[in-house]
Amino acid sequence: MDIGRRNNVNVIGNPRGRAVVLAHGFGCDQNMWRLTVPALVEEYKVVLFDYVGSGRADPSAFSEDRYASLDGYARDVVEVCEAFDLRDAVFVGHSVSAMTGVLAAGMAAERIGALVMVAPSPRYIDDDGYRGGFSAEDIDELLASLESNYLGWSAAMAPVIMGNADRPELGEELTNSFCATDPDMARVFARTTFLSDSRNDLKTVRVPTLVLECTQDVIAPREVGAFVHRAIPGSTLVTLDATGHCPHLSAPEATNEAITAFLAGLR
Amino acid sequence: MCRTGQHPDPQGTGDEEAAHAAFAALLEDSAEELYESAPCGYLSTLMDGTIAKINTTLLRWLGLEREAAVGRMRFTDLLTVGGKLYHETHFAPLLRMQGEIGGIALEIRQADGGRMPVLVSSAVKRGSGGEPLLIRTTVFDARDRRAYEEELLRGRKAAEEARRQAEADRARLQDALAVLQQSLLPATLPPVPGMETAAHYHTASPDRLGGDFYDVFPLDGKRFAFFLGDVCGKGPQAAAVTSLIRYTLRAAALHDPDPVSALSTLNKVLHERYADNGDPRYCTVVFGTLEPDSTTGEVAVHLASGGHPPVLVLRADGTAGFLPTPGGLLVGVLPSARFVSATTVLAPGDTLLLYTDGITEARTGEDRTALFGDEALLAFATDHAGLPPQAVIQALTGLLRGFGDGLDDDTALLALGVPAPDPQTKNPR
Repeated sequence: MDIGRRNNVNVIGNPRGRAVVLAHGFGCDQNMWRLTVPALVEEYKVVLFDYVGSGRADPSAFSEDRYASLDGYARDVVEVCEAFDLRDAVFVGHSVSAMTGVLAAGMAAERIGALVMVAPSPRYIDDDGYRGGFSAEDIDELLASLESNYLGWSAAMAPVIMGNADRPELGEELTNSFCATDPDMARVFARTTFLSDSRNDLKTVRVPTLVLECTQDVIAPREVGAFVHRAIPGSTLVTLDATGHCPHLSAPEATNEAITAFLAGLR
Repeated sequence: MCRTGQHPDPQGTGDEEAAHAAFAALLEDSAEELYESAPCGYLSTLMDGTIAKINTTLLRWLGLEREAAVGRMRFTDLLTVGGKLYHETHFAPLLRMQGEIGGIALEIRQADGGRMPVLVSSAVKRGSGGEPLLIRTTVFDARDRRAYEEELLRGRKAAEEARRQAEADRARLQDALAVLQQSLLPATLPPVPGMETAAHYHTASPDRLGGDFYDVFPLDGKRFAFFLGDVCGKGPQAAAVTSLIRYTLRAAALHDPDPVSALSTLNKVLHERYADNGDPRYCTVVFGTLEPDSTTGEVAVHLASGGHPPVLVLRADGTAGFLPTPGGLLVGVLPSARFVSATTVLAPGDTLLLYTDGITEARTGEDRTALFGDEALLAFATDHAGLPPQAVIQALTGLLRGFGDGLDDDTALLALGVPAPDPQTKNPR
């Protein structure tokens, strides 16, 4: 199988530099890193990809079974690392992808040598003595929101969005395509993400880890950031003066500064 | 003055000015009033979502005082939790990347605990240096629209449920039909000592119930009986008659294996069962017995036909011919009927081929108007004379497949042969 095509892998930047894998979370695709990439390309080999079921990954590779657990997404990461022979890479994961990186590092220790967790949450739903910020009903509401918003996705447009159509005249209609996903696949990713519980996996982390949180983030509130930081021994916690769940878009300078400082400290 | 669409006069005309003045006087509208009382919600927020300006329409929908909102709430505070999640994972990133986003379905939380479906569009206002300054958002009432969409969604879910149910019913029906089908045709032919047998059945009916039938079964320690026929009609009605015929012939043959006697019994039963009830059902059929002679290796065939196309005999020497049974009547039409018998002897390498008219009446040619016919079947049989029954049936199956949609009737084939002395042509079974 051509993993590069399956996961729409793009390798850019310094071919001799250390590999930095940028992994998008639930919602959109690798375009989310467009303001991060410029800060990294000079020194690092930057690896971008889309999870199967998102962005321009090959939709025919989707399997509800595989992607009903975060392990399936972690296997995507490991397979990308293997296909491009990445060793000791720095894995930068946003949101749920931060946890995917933890799982992938556990599956292939030689591939992933450091973790950057951007707005991570190991569990979104409140539990005894743990506040994730959401109830199970809230997640059902999100699924309903997904049902009401297909974001430019339609069966007819799917081939264009997936990048294998030869109809450039449709290009201008591609509004919202960064977040356009087959609704059935998006539902699977949403359920997997928001029903996951990876709190126990945090203890398995053995690599240098940077945790980035925002001052105001409804999805990953600060107490979750503190929980992740506490659970990973030796991790560094940086609180970005940013609102929302996507500091790499809303506060790119501060985010890039934190990431590059962490990368520089790894040498 | 001559104007074109490409060169509009910036000054306007006297007529237009008069009209504008009249409209302005009539409406007495100010930009402020247009903003505040617009039939949609307006909202301006800082880049972090803090509400900087909000119009009266939206405040009314929310049930909020202006002082409670401006400077104190963020846009996401107006949304339901599901909407917040959606905003953070889709809306905000897209707005950042594209600078604008339109027509997103969300719900706003009202002060009285209610929820109001809305459609939201946002655009980022940038400063002269391109830096993002604030976000402008319009909010449209989507209550009617959402109700309509929910109807559509409900309709789709009901249709999907109906389809699932239909598929389950269909699967159950097919299982039931498969069981019935087994009662109409033998799953495998019994081994006949000193002979090889092969059969093929093609059903034109989508429920796989056909009106053609065949069987081979032992009569006593020495002899075997066989039959092959065609019930008038297709589908389940034909299949019901087929079942009756199969078991009547089997019972009749055990009582008296003479072919004419067996067919006469069948005729009586069919006529009594159907014709007397005003629902005539009839069939054509060839019934016969096989009597192997272990000393010569030959097999004596006695058969009788009721209105069925003549069987073919394929000889070991590469010739083939029909075994005529002219004048036999359809079975089941008249209270008593005359049937014609015939006999032949199969030597090693010879094969008896029984068929139904599905094959001879297959439509051939470019426009599917010609029939395959008896001549072509005889020629085909001659080409394959000397081959063992399995090979003959295999060749005929290929021929049937080649007919494509020209084959629109049930077709049954039964080949009964005596193995040639050459061991290579022996039936592998």
